[in-house]
Amino acid sequence: MTAVRSRSAIHATGLRKSYGEQVVLDGIDLDIAEGTVFALLGPNGAGKTTTVHILSTLIGADGGDVQVAGHDIAKEPDAVRAVIGLTGQVSAVDRLFTGEENLRLMADLRHLDKAEGHRRVAELLEQFDLVDAATKPVGVYSGGMKRRLDLAMTLIGDPRIIFLDEPTAGLDPRSRRVMWDIIHDLVGRGVTIFLTTQYLEEADRLAHRIAVLDRGKLVAEGTPNELKRLVSGGHIQLSFSDAVELERAARVFTDGSSDEEALTLQIPSDGGTRSLRALLDRLDAESIDVGGLVVQTPDLDDVFLSLTGDHDKQEATAR
Amino acid sequence: MNTYPLVVTDTATMLRRNLRRARRYPSLTFFIAAIPVIFLLLFVFVLGGTLGAGLGGVAGGRAEYTAYVLPGILLVTVAGAAQGTAISIAMDMSEGIIARFRTMAVARSSVLTGHVIGSVIQTMLAIVIVMVVSVLIGFRSTTGPIEWLAAAGLLALTAIAISWLSVALGMVSKSVETASNLPMFLVILPFLSSGFVPTDSMPDGLSWFAENQPFTPLIETVRGLLLGTPIGNSGIVGVGWCVAISVVGFLSARRLYERDPGS
Repeated sequence: MTAVRSRSAIHATGLRKSYGEQVVLDGIDLDIAEGTVFALLGPNGAGKTTTVHILSTLIGADGGDVQVAGHDIAKEPDAVRAVIGLTGQVSAVDRLFTGEENLRLMADLRHLDKAEGHRRVAELLEQFDLVDAATKPVGVYSGGMKRRLDLAMTLIGDPRIIFLDEPTAGLDPRSRRVMWDIIHDLVGRGVTIFLTTQYLEEADRLAHRIAVLDRGKLVAEGTPNELKRLVSGGHIQLSFSDAVELERAARVFTDGSSDEEALTLQIPSDGGTRSLRALLDRLDAESIDVGGLVVQTPDLDDVFLSLTGDHDKQEATAR
Repeated sequence: MNTYPLVVTDTATMLRRNLRRARRYPSLTFFIAAIPVIFLLLFVFVLGGTLGAGLGGVAGGRAEYTAYVLPGILLVTVAGAAQGTAISIAMDMSEGIIARFRTMAVARSSVLTGHVIGSVIQTMLAIVIVMVVSVLIGFRSTTGPIEWLAAAGLLALTAIAISWLSVALGMVSKSVETASNLPMFLVILPFLSSGFVPTDSMPDGLSWFAENQPFTPLIETVRGLLLGTPIGNSGIVGVGWCVAISVVGFLSARRLYERDPGS
């Protein structure tokens, strides 16, 4: 713990939003330090996009106090808008324009002078590998190119805080990696990133802090490692060929939980070699016949599933 | 903060964007001029001989009807542009770029004002094309440059009113298809006016409607300015309608733009 408290880029208390009877955000508290990456994780319909839309001044909140870059979003929206950038889920490019024209438009709207605008547009085309496509209409761009242009347009005014709403959804693995590199690069330059994602790997790889949003409430918050510690996801799973062997094993490993139907036994473990050897030795000593063995270490998927419960499954069947 | 120049710069940027989009999507612009030209030729050459005879003037026939119908066609041109404006607004709103504009420190009004100015410019270009065609087929104005200027001003004012109204119609539409259908009544209205036949030749109820709807005073004023017919209070009433429609269109468009996009 450092004694110096870093300044907050985003600070929200009691953020609420409903559409009619439906409560979308039910009192959200956020505190995001400058120059960090914050990932908001959650299943579909959890309220992630609504949160991004409120923080980026696109829509109003029903309640709560929100400061972005030290400005109240309700009282000084233009001061907030001057220092933020948003790349939403829906592509925010002009399809009838070329890539270069799109960037020029942003330079004009950010009120850069002509020379500065030209310089910045050329720089971003280069940085985002869009030089060859610069004079082609965006309508012919691939999904990855469109995303890169979208983000380049967001970066024109050098925003200090960037909102990325599912920045890699629907991208192929290569484009996803390019996007991650860009995000890394931005953070290196002191930009604060607020991203939403459904990909746990993405949050794990990019974010300093992660919050899990479920049905309008934050159900957990912390570093990726802190979140992983929240669940007792680590275990060794033994499978057996018959119920008799399972029964014998369950009597030896009393802390395990057995599944009579699948003929498996889950034993909590840190997954290390030492505990694994100890387990095998005991199995040997008791001469228990094991069909198969799987070591599982906790990952964010365990966190996600244990925190958001099976309501995701319910939603999936409801659709 | 000095916001006045920002409004002007941002509106100019948005206007440039809309004009460039119009050039990239030329079929929409083409139809704004082509449809009234087709109407003009249809009314003059197919219906003009008979309708002209019914006017009871000295010259009679097709030539007289050409002069009679032109002001109506000019207003059809202005009204027809509404469809294009509503469609381009609805297309714009369906794209993510408007959300981007909303989260940037851009003058709020500039997005809509850019559309309105762009649409007025397109309409006035279409008016010029219709005028050129009308001269080619024999139309001759009997008045002078001052009256022509006044007619152009009135048509521009009407274009502003119709544009604000169609921006609002485009914003209220949930889809581009709706935006294309909603302004249809604006295209029908000029036909139920004094633009194509004198209102006293219509049945009572229709004639009352024709005399009291906004397009009739506008058509009568344009007719007076181009042909020297009596204008009476049509000018004042026409301008009044334009101002009223502009205000209603502007206020509802702004309210629709300010509402949460999610609700």
